[in-house]
Amino acid sequence: MRVIDSEKIKRTVAQLCFRSNCFLRPDVLAKIKLAYKNEKDKKPRQALGQIIENAKIARCEKMALCQDTGLPIVFIEAGQSVVIKGDLKRAVLQGVVKGYKEDCFRESIVSDPLVRGRSSYAGAVIHTDIVRGDKVKITVMPKGFGCENKSFLRMFLPTTKVQEIKEFVVDSVKLAGPDACPPYVVGIGIGGSADYACLLAKKALLRSVLVSKGAARSLERDLLNRINKLKIGPMGLGGKATCLAVNIETYPTHIAGLPVAVNISCHALRSATAII
Amino acid sequence: MINLLNLSAGDNILFSGIIYTARDQAHKRLAQDIGKGKKLPFDIFGSVIYYCGPTRACRGKVIGSCGPTTSSRMDEFTPLLLKKGLKAMIGKGRRSREVVAAIKKHKAVYLLAPAGCGALVSKCVKQAKPVAYPDLGPEQILRLEVENLPLIVAIDRMGRSIYG
Repeated sequence: MRVIDSEKIKRTVAQLCFRSNCFLRPDVLAKIKLAYKNEKDKKPRQALGQIIENAKIARCEKMALCQDTGLPIVFIEAGQSVVIKGDLKRAVLQGVVKGYKEDCFRESIVSDPLVRGRSSYAGAVIHTDIVRGDKVKITVMPKGFGCENKSFLRMFLPTTKVQEIKEFVVDSVKLAGPDACPPYVVGIGIGGSADYACLLAKKALLRSVLVSKGAARSLERDLLNRINKLKIGPMGLGGKATCLAVNIETYPTHIAGLPVAVNISCHALRSATAII
Repeated sequence: MINLLNLSAGDNILFSGIIYTARDQAHKRLAQDIGKGKKLPFDIFGSVIYYCGPTRACRGKVIGSCGPTTSSRMDEFTPLLLKKGLKAMIGKGRRSREVVAAIKKHKAVYLLAPAGCGALVSKCVKQAKPVAYPDLGPEQILRLEVENLPLIVAIDRMGRSIYG
């Protein structure tokens, strides 16, 4: 058994909050630079140029890439041979507050979704998973709500043709239109239960946007082409880059169902990971 | 200074001047104040509203990251504010049919700021002063003095839109 102090978890989470909010993921930046290179149309090219410049300013000045420093989504993969000394959940929540406070990020969380009231840093969403080994892997994903508001879930029939799923995904992006900071990364979860499909869609956004692999590879490629034919473009200004990547995660599901969830990310797709 | 009302949809401009931040909850309160016949916390006639809730100003900076938020969430309050003399709005994304009609009726303009580029926009803010609703935290109204803020005209005074 390996013992990890919850204080260490707290410090690591705080650091991940800083890293994810101020440094654009290298894979995302590479895709945006590629889109910039390929864009000939002046207006969308200028918008892509601003995104690249923004990433540079954020990195140099240690400033949040986007004022919407999001609802922090924290993924924890705890090795089954690890014993956490102290309160793990509390350490994660406190780590988020510490990181967000120290780096002057935005208080974007209201404690009661109906009453609303004064916003704060308290209330990160935590997903935990037990895995083999003696390590703890922590990922922080600050998810902005401009794009989170454009999420969709549909429970398809098990006899549904793939074509219908494709139309659902493309329509979801069409509905998001220029509002949620394109060019987008589209995360898709297929299978599991209603809740699990949504989680898969979010986890799909954690995967590098540079690699397309697995059984859904051809579907990812096809959807990317279809979405880019929408010509929404950066800031809705048209051009080639509406979507940087489509990432799909799948999971076994029930014989009676076929859940499909779409979780869209803006171009500021942020996440950072550490292994303790 | 640029006359915002002479602009056409699709124009690129660099804006310098005074703008007021206001997003969801501030709009709700402005609308309530108008409903009750109360005086607004700033003179809305001829003013510019920026849909923005910045991060905190850190390490001696004027303001934190301060890009635009999704404009359509403010749509239900916008026609009322335009009626009261609001001249221009800055945000990101589409507007409702009602807002487009109100922009045309009251001869106003809607502009886009660099979406998702809050660090870049912060460089254009020279001064930030709290104006109202401090209890709303990041959603309070701030008076910003901006210089050379890059904007695109999305809907002009004739109701013409770059989104068609």
